[in-house]
Amino acid sequence: MTYIDPHIHMVSRTTDDYERMRLAGCVAITEPAFWAGYDRSSAQGFYDYFKLLTEFEPRRAAQYGIRHHTWLCINPKEAEDPVFAREVLALIPSFLDRENVLGIGEIGLNKNSRNELTILEEHLQLAATHNLLVLVHTPHLEDKLKGTRLILDAIKNQGSLDPGRVLIDHVEEHTVRHVLDRGYWAGMTLYPDTKCTPQRAADIIEEFHGERLWINSAGDWGHSDPLAVPKCQIELRGRGHTEDLIRKISFDNPVKFLGQSGRFRV
Amino acid sequence: MSPYDCGLMATPPIDRTAVVDRYFMEHRAKLIDLAAYLDRVERATPRGSASHDFRHDALVQAIAILLDGKPQRARRVLEHFSDPTSEPIAKAPMKGATGAYPGPPKDAAKGGAR
Repeated sequence: MTYIDPHIHMVSRTTDDYERMRLAGCVAITEPAFWAGYDRSSAQGFYDYFKLLTEFEPRRAAQYGIRHHTWLCINPKEAEDPVFAREVLALIPSFLDRENVLGIGEIGLNKNSRNELTILEEHLQLAATHNLLVLVHTPHLEDKLKGTRLILDAIKNQGSLDPGRVLIDHVEEHTVRHVLDRGYWAGMTLYPDTKCTPQRAADIIEEFHGERLWINSAGDWGHSDPLAVPKCQIELRGRGHTEDLIRKISFDNPVKFLGQSGRFRV
Repeated sequence: MSPYDCGLMATPPIDRTAVVDRYFMEHRAKLIDLAAYLDRVERATPRGSASHDFRHDALVQAIAILLDGKPQRARRVLEHFSDPTSEPIAKAPMKGATGAYPGPPKDAAKGGAR
Protein backbone atom coordinates (compact mmCIF):
# COMPACT_ATOMS: atom_id res chain seq x y z
CA MET A 1 0.00 0.00 0.00
CA THR A 2 1.15 3.53 -0.76
CA TYR A 3 2.40 5.42 2.27
CA ILE A 4 4.09 8.61 3.47
CA ASP A 5 6.83 8.62 6.09
CA PRO A 6 6.39 12.10 7.57
CA HIS A 7 9.49 11.98 9.81
CA ILE A 8 12.72 10.35 8.69
CA HIS A 9 16.34 11.55 8.69
CA MET A 10 17.58 10.44 5.31
CA VAL A 11 20.88 12.29 5.81
CA SER A 12 21.74 9.32 8.04
CA ARG A 13 20.41 6.65 5.68
CA THR A 14 21.77 5.07 2.54
CA THR A 15 20.47 5.27 -1.01
CA ASP A 16 19.60 1.58 -0.64
CA ASP A 17 17.09 2.62 2.03
CA TYR A 18 15.41 4.96 -0.46
CA GLU A 19 15.09 2.02 -2.85
CA ARG A 20 13.67 -0.30 -0.19
CA MET A 21 11.22 2.37 0.98
CA ARG A 22 10.00 2.91 -2.58
CA LEU A 23 9.59 -0.82 -3.09
CA ALA A 24 7.50 -0.90 0.11
CA GLY A 25 5.19 1.84 -1.17
CA CYS A 26 6.70 5.09 0.04
CA VAL A 27 5.85 8.04 -2.20
CA ALA A 28 6.78 11.02 -0.01
CA ILE A 29 8.78 11.85 3.09
CA THR A 30 9.47 14.83 5.29
CA GLU A 31 12.86 15.28 6.93
CA PRO A 32 13.12 17.52 10.01
CA ALA A 33 16.44 19.11 10.91
CA PHE A 34 17.93 17.25 13.86
CA TRP A 35 20.98 16.41 15.96
CA ALA A 36 23.49 14.55 13.83
CA GLY A 37 24.99 12.65 16.77
CA TYR A 38 27.61 15.34 17.35
CA ASP A 39 27.53 19.07 18.07
CA ARG A 40 28.33 21.28 15.10
CA SER A 41 31.21 23.62 15.78
CA SER A 42 29.77 26.64 13.99
CA ALA A 43 26.59 28.05 12.51
CA GLN A 44 28.19 27.44 9.11
CA GLY A 45 27.79 23.74 9.80
CA PHE A 46 24.01 24.30 9.91
CA TYR A 47 24.13 26.37 6.73
CA ASP A 48 25.69 23.38 4.96
CA TYR A 49 23.12 21.06 6.55
CA PHE A 50 20.21 23.25 5.40
CA LYS A 51 21.64 23.23 1.86
CA LEU A 52 21.80 19.44 2.00
CA LEU A 53 18.17 19.26 3.16
CA THR A 54 16.93 21.60 0.44
CA GLU A 55 19.14 20.63 -2.49
CA PHE A 56 20.88 17.25 -2.25
CA GLU A 57 18.25 15.09 -0.50
CA PRO A 58 15.36 16.08 -2.81
CA ARG A 59 17.46 14.99 -5.78
CA ARG A 60 18.50 11.72 -4.15
CA ALA A 61 14.89 10.91 -3.20
CA ALA A 62 13.59 11.80 -6.65
CA GLN A 63 15.75 9.06 -8.19
CA TYR A 64 13.38 6.60 -6.54
CA GLY A 65 10.16 8.46 -7.16
CA ILE A 66 9.93 9.76 -3.61
CA ARG A 67 9.02 13.42 -2.95
CA HIS A 68 11.31 14.92 -0.33
CA HIS A 69 10.25 17.77 2.00
CA THR A 70 11.98 19.28 4.97
CA TRP A 71 11.70 21.34 8.15
CA LEU A 72 14.37 23.71 9.46
CA CYS A 73 15.56 24.61 12.95
CA ILE A 74 18.31 24.14 15.47
CA ASN A 75 17.35 21.04 17.43
CA PRO A 76 17.01 21.22 21.24
CA LYS A 77 20.11 19.07 21.83
CA GLU A 78 22.23 21.91 20.43
CA ALA A 79 20.15 24.72 21.91
CA GLU A 80 21.74 24.89 25.36
CA ASP A 81 23.95 27.78 24.16
CA PRO A 82 21.48 30.56 23.26
CA VAL A 83 24.09 32.72 21.51
CA PHE A 84 25.03 29.89 19.17
CA ALA A 85 21.38 28.88 18.69
CA ARG A 86 20.45 32.43 17.67
CA GLU A 87 23.20 32.44 15.03
CA VAL A 88 21.55 29.37 13.51
CA LEU A 89 18.04 30.81 13.88
CA ALA A 90 19.19 33.84 11.90
CA LEU A 91 20.08 31.59 8.95
CA ILE A 92 16.64 30.04 8.62
CA PRO A 93 14.68 32.88 6.91
CA SER A 94 16.98 32.79 3.89
CA PHE A 95 15.96 29.16 3.30
CA LEU A 96 12.21 29.56 3.77
CA ASP A 97 11.54 30.19 0.10
CA ARG A 98 13.00 26.82 -0.93
CA GLU A 99 10.20 24.81 -2.49
CA ASN A 100 10.54 21.72 -0.24
CA VAL A 101 10.54 23.62 3.07
CA LEU A 102 7.28 22.95 4.95
CA GLY A 103 7.94 24.76 8.20
CA ILE A 104 9.91 24.85 11.44
CA GLY A 105 11.02 21.56 13.01
CA GLU A 106 11.85 19.48 14.78
CA ILE A 107 11.95 22.00 17.57
CA GLY A 108 11.09 21.21 21.16
CA LEU A 109 12.88 20.19 24.33
CA ASN A 110 15.47 17.57 25.21
CA LYS A 111 16.34 17.85 28.92
CA ASN A 112 13.69 20.49 29.68
CA SER A 113 16.20 23.22 30.50
CA ARG A 114 15.53 26.94 30.62
CA ASN A 115 17.77 27.67 27.64
CA GLU A 116 16.09 24.95 25.55
CA LEU A 117 12.74 26.51 26.43
CA THR A 118 13.91 30.00 25.47
CA ILE A 119 15.10 28.81 22.05
CA LEU A 120 11.87 26.85 21.56
CA GLU A 121 9.91 30.06 22.19
CA GLU A 122 12.02 31.91 19.63
CA HIS A 123 11.40 29.18 17.05
CA LEU A 124 7.66 29.40 17.72
CA GLN A 125 7.78 33.13 17.16
CA LEU A 126 9.64 32.60 13.88
CA ALA A 127 6.94 30.15 12.75
CA ALA A 128 4.19 32.57 13.75
CA THR A 129 5.85 35.47 11.97
CA HIS A 130 6.10 33.54 8.70
CA ASN A 131 2.81 31.60 9.14
CA LEU A 132 4.59 28.24 9.00
CA LEU A 133 3.63 24.75 10.08
CA VAL A 134 5.44 23.46 13.17
CA LEU A 135 6.82 19.99 13.89
CA VAL A 136 7.69 19.43 17.56
CA HIS A 137 10.07 16.88 19.08
CA THR A 138 9.16 15.74 22.59
CA PRO A 139 11.90 14.56 24.96
CA HIS A 140 13.03 11.01 25.54
CA LEU A 141 12.01 8.53 28.20
CA GLU A 142 11.70 10.00 31.72
CA ASP A 143 11.78 13.55 30.35
CA LYS A 144 8.89 13.15 27.88
CA LEU A 145 5.83 13.78 30.06
CA LYS A 146 7.21 16.89 31.72
CA GLY A 147 8.64 18.16 28.44
CA THR A 148 5.37 17.65 26.61
CA ARG A 149 3.53 19.72 29.21
CA LEU A 150 6.14 22.51 29.01
CA ILE A 151 5.96 22.50 25.21
CA LEU A 152 2.16 22.65 25.12
CA ASP A 153 2.23 25.57 27.55
CA ALA A 154 4.88 27.38 25.47
CA ILE A 155 2.79 27.07 22.31
CA LYS A 156 -0.31 28.27 24.12
CA ASN A 157 1.61 31.20 25.57
CA GLN A 158 2.89 32.15 22.11
CA GLY A 159 -0.70 32.99 21.43
CA SER A 160 -1.03 33.11 17.66
CA LEU A 161 -0.24 29.56 16.49
CA ASP A 162 -3.24 27.50 15.40
CA PRO A 163 -3.09 24.09 17.16
CA GLY A 164 -4.31 22.51 13.92
CA ARG A 165 -1.06 23.61 12.26
CA VAL A 166 1.22 22.11 14.94
CA LEU A 167 2.18 18.44 15.20
CA ILE A 168 3.58 17.12 18.48
CA ASP A 169 5.74 14.11 17.68
CA HIS A 170 6.93 11.01 19.53
CA VAL A 171 3.75 10.71 21.62
CA GLU A 172 3.22 7.60 23.70
CA GLU A 173 0.40 6.32 25.89
CA HIS A 174 1.10 8.87 28.64
CA THR A 175 1.25 11.95 26.39
CA VAL A 176 -1.09 11.36 23.47
CA ARG A 177 -4.22 12.51 25.28
CA HIS A 178 -2.56 15.73 26.49
CA VAL A 179 -1.77 16.58 22.86
CA LEU A 180 -5.06 15.62 21.22
CA ASP A 181 -7.23 17.17 23.93
CA ARG A 182 -5.64 20.55 23.18
CA GLY A 183 -6.39 20.29 19.47
CA TYR A 184 -2.89 19.50 18.18
CA TRP A 185 -1.89 16.76 15.79
CA ALA A 186 0.10 13.87 17.25
CA GLY A 187 2.82 11.72 15.71
CA MET A 188 3.78 8.25 16.85
CA THR A 189 7.36 7.20 16.21
CA LEU A 190 7.89 3.50 15.60
CA TYR A 191 11.18 2.47 17.22
CA PRO A 192 12.39 -1.01 18.14
CA ASP A 193 13.11 -0.17 21.80
CA THR A 194 12.05 3.33 22.77
CA LYS A 195 8.95 5.32 21.80
CA CYS A 196 6.20 3.15 20.19
CA THR A 197 6.38 -0.29 18.67
CA PRO A 198 4.00 -0.91 15.74
CA GLN A 199 1.85 -2.95 18.13
CA ARG A 200 1.53 -0.15 20.68
CA ALA A 201 0.89 2.39 17.95
CA ALA A 202 -1.97 0.18 16.75
CA ASP A 203 -3.35 0.12 20.31
CA ILE A 204 -3.29 3.94 20.44
CA ILE A 205 -4.95 4.17 17.02
CA GLU A 206 -7.74 1.91 18.31
CA GLU A 207 -8.21 4.00 21.43
CA PHE A 208 -8.15 7.39 19.71
CA HIS A 209 -9.84 6.47 16.42
CA GLY A 210 -6.87 7.63 14.34
CA GLU A 211 -8.04 11.24 14.43
CA ARG A 212 -5.19 13.80 14.05
CA LEU A 213 -2.69 10.94 14.34
CA TRP A 214 0.11 9.78 12.07
CA ILE A 215 2.92 7.24 12.25
CA ASN A 216 6.54 7.68 11.28
CA SER A 217 9.84 5.80 11.44
CA ALA A 218 12.06 8.71 12.53
CA GLY A 219 14.77 6.57 10.95
CA ASP A 220 18.19 8.03 11.71
CA TRP A 221 21.73 6.98 12.64
CA GLY A 222 20.57 5.09 15.75
CA HIS A 223 18.60 1.87 16.27
CA SER A 224 15.65 2.55 13.96
CA ASP A 225 13.82 1.06 11.00
CA PRO A 226 13.12 2.98 7.77
CA LEU A 227 10.41 0.42 6.94
CA ALA A 228 8.57 0.86 10.23
CA VAL A 229 5.53 2.53 8.64
CA PRO A 230 4.70 -0.36 6.27
CA LYS A 231 5.31 -2.76 9.16
CA CYS A 232 2.67 -0.91 11.18
CA GLN A 233 0.34 -1.14 8.19
CA ILE A 234 0.85 -4.91 8.32
CA GLU A 235 0.17 -4.91 12.08
CA LEU A 236 -3.12 -3.06 11.60
CA ARG A 237 -4.14 -5.32 8.74
CA GLY A 238 -3.33 -8.40 10.83
CA ARG A 239 -5.73 -7.20 13.50
CA GLY A 240 -8.50 -6.91 10.96
CA HIS A 241 -8.60 -3.14 10.54
CA THR A 242 -10.01 -1.76 7.33
CA GLU A 243 -7.92 -0.55 4.42
CA ASP A 244 -9.62 2.83 4.89
CA LEU A 245 -8.25 3.16 8.43
CA ILE A 246 -4.77 2.02 7.39
CA ARG A 247 -4.74 4.52 4.53
CA LYS A 248 -6.01 7.26 6.83
CA ILE A 249 -3.15 6.79 9.30
CA SER A 250 -0.34 6.29 6.82
CA PHE A 251 -1.39 8.52 3.92
CA ASP A 252 -4.53 10.65 4.25
CA ASN A 253 -3.70 12.18 7.64
CA PRO A 254 -0.18 13.25 6.60
CA VAL A 255 -1.60 14.73 3.39
CA LYS A 256 -4.24 16.63 5.39
CA PHE A 257 -1.78 18.12 7.88
CA LEU A 258 1.16 18.75 5.55
CA GLY A 259 -1.11 20.05 2.79
CA GLN A 260 -1.73 23.12 4.92
CA SER A 261 1.78 24.26 3.99
CA GLY A 262 0.78 24.74 0.35
CA ARG A 263 4.05 23.04 -0.62
CA PHE A 264 3.50 19.39 0.14
CA ARG A 265 3.38 17.26 -3.01
CA VAL A 266 2.78 13.55 -3.47
CA MET B 1 -15.89 14.09 26.90
CA SER B 2 -13.30 13.93 24.14
CA PRO B 3 -14.59 12.96 20.66
CA TYR B 4 -12.59 9.72 20.78
CA ASP B 5 -14.09 8.69 24.12
CA CYS B 6 -17.26 7.22 22.64
CA GLY B 7 -15.79 3.71 22.77
CA LEU B 8 -16.60 2.78 19.19
CA MET B 9 -13.11 1.49 18.45
CA ALA B 10 -11.75 0.95 21.95
CA THR B 11 -11.64 -2.77 21.28
CA PRO B 12 -9.59 -4.30 18.46
CA PRO B 13 -11.52 -5.93 15.60
CA ILE B 14 -10.19 -9.37 16.57
CA ASP B 15 -11.55 -11.19 19.64
CA ARG B 16 -9.66 -11.98 22.83
CA THR B 17 -8.65 -15.48 21.79
CA ALA B 18 -7.30 -14.13 18.52
CA VAL B 19 -5.32 -11.49 20.43
CA VAL B 20 -3.78 -14.22 22.58
CA ASP B 21 -3.12 -16.37 19.51
CA ARG B 22 -1.35 -13.47 17.86
CA TYR B 23 0.75 -12.13 20.76
CA PHE B 24 1.13 -14.84 23.43
CA MET B 25 4.42 -16.37 22.26
CA GLU B 26 6.04 -12.96 21.78
CA HIS B 27 5.12 -11.84 25.29
CA ARG B 28 5.89 -15.20 26.87
CA ALA B 29 9.43 -14.71 25.55
CA LYS B 30 9.57 -11.13 26.85
CA LEU B 31 8.40 -12.26 30.29
CA ILE B 32 11.14 -14.92 30.46
CA ASP B 33 13.65 -12.27 29.32
CA LEU B 34 12.51 -10.07 32.19
CA ALA B 35 12.82 -12.94 34.68
CA ALA B 36 16.31 -13.73 33.40
CA TYR B 37 17.28 -10.05 33.67
CA LEU B 38 16.17 -9.97 37.32
CA ASP B 39 18.21 -13.11 38.01
CA ARG B 40 21.22 -11.63 36.18
CA VAL B 41 21.16 -8.45 38.23
CA GLU B 42 20.84 -10.45 41.45
CA ARG B 43 23.81 -12.67 40.54
CA ALA B 44 26.06 -9.73 39.63
CA THR B 45 28.48 -8.23 42.13
CA PRO B 46 27.49 -4.74 43.38
CA ARG B 47 29.74 -1.91 42.27
CA GLY B 48 31.45 -0.35 45.28
CA SER B 49 29.04 0.41 48.08
CA ALA B 50 26.04 0.86 45.77
CA SER B 51 23.36 -1.63 46.73
CA HIS B 52 20.63 -0.07 44.60
CA ASP B 53 20.28 1.42 41.14
CA PHE B 54 17.37 3.83 40.68
CA ARG B 55 16.67 2.48 37.19
CA HIS B 56 16.42 -1.10 38.39
CA ASP B 57 14.41 -0.12 41.44
CA ALA B 58 11.96 1.77 39.23
CA LEU B 59 11.57 -1.24 36.97
CA VAL B 60 10.86 -3.60 39.87
CA GLN B 61 8.30 -1.16 41.28
CA ALA B 62 6.62 -0.92 37.87
CA ILE B 63 5.99 -4.67 37.85
CA ALA B 64 3.36 -4.11 40.52
CA ILE B 65 1.39 -1.99 38.06
CA LEU B 66 1.11 -4.98 35.73
CA LEU B 67 -0.60 -6.99 38.44
CA ASP B 68 -2.98 -4.48 40.01
CA GLY B 69 -5.89 -5.42 37.80
CA LYS B 70 -6.53 -1.86 36.66
CA PRO B 71 -6.62 -0.67 33.00
CA GLN B 72 -4.25 1.69 31.18
CA ARG B 73 -1.17 -0.23 32.34
CA ALA B 74 1.11 1.09 29.58
CA ARG B 75 0.23 4.70 30.36
CA ARG B 76 0.70 4.19 34.08
CA VAL B 77 4.04 2.40 33.69
CA LEU B 78 5.29 5.28 31.52
CA GLU B 79 4.10 7.78 34.12
CA HIS B 80 5.87 5.77 36.83
CA PHE B 81 9.20 6.19 35.00
CA SER B 82 8.60 9.92 34.35
CA ASP B 83 10.06 13.02 35.96
CA PRO B 84 7.15 14.27 38.12
CA THR B 85 8.43 17.85 38.43
CA SER B 86 7.04 20.74 36.40
CA GLU B 87 9.66 23.51 36.29
CA PRO B 88 12.44 23.75 33.68
CA ILE B 89 15.87 22.77 35.01
CA ALA B 90 18.66 25.33 35.16
CA LYS B 91 20.95 23.65 32.66
CA ALA B 92 20.94 20.41 30.67
CA PRO B 93 23.41 18.09 32.44
CA MET B 94 23.76 15.75 29.43
CA LYS B 95 22.04 15.02 26.14
CA GLY B 96 20.71 11.53 26.86
CA ALA B 97 18.07 10.04 29.12
CA THR B 98 18.32 7.15 31.57
CA GLY B 99 14.81 5.74 31.32
CA ALA B 100 13.81 6.43 34.93
CA TYR B 101 13.63 9.48 37.13
CA PRO B 102 16.59 9.53 39.55
CA GLY B 103 14.96 11.93 41.99
CA PRO B 104 15.89 15.53 42.68
CA PRO B 105 19.59 16.37 42.44
CA LYS B 106 21.51 17.33 45.55
CA ASP B 107 21.58 21.03 44.67
CA ALA B 108 17.78 21.03 44.35
CA ALA B 109 17.50 19.47 47.78
CA LYS B 110 19.46 22.46 49.03
CA GLY B 111 16.99 24.80 47.40
CA GLY B 112 18.74 25.29 44.08
CA ALA B 113 17.25 24.54 40.69
CA ARG B 114 18.07 21.32 38.92
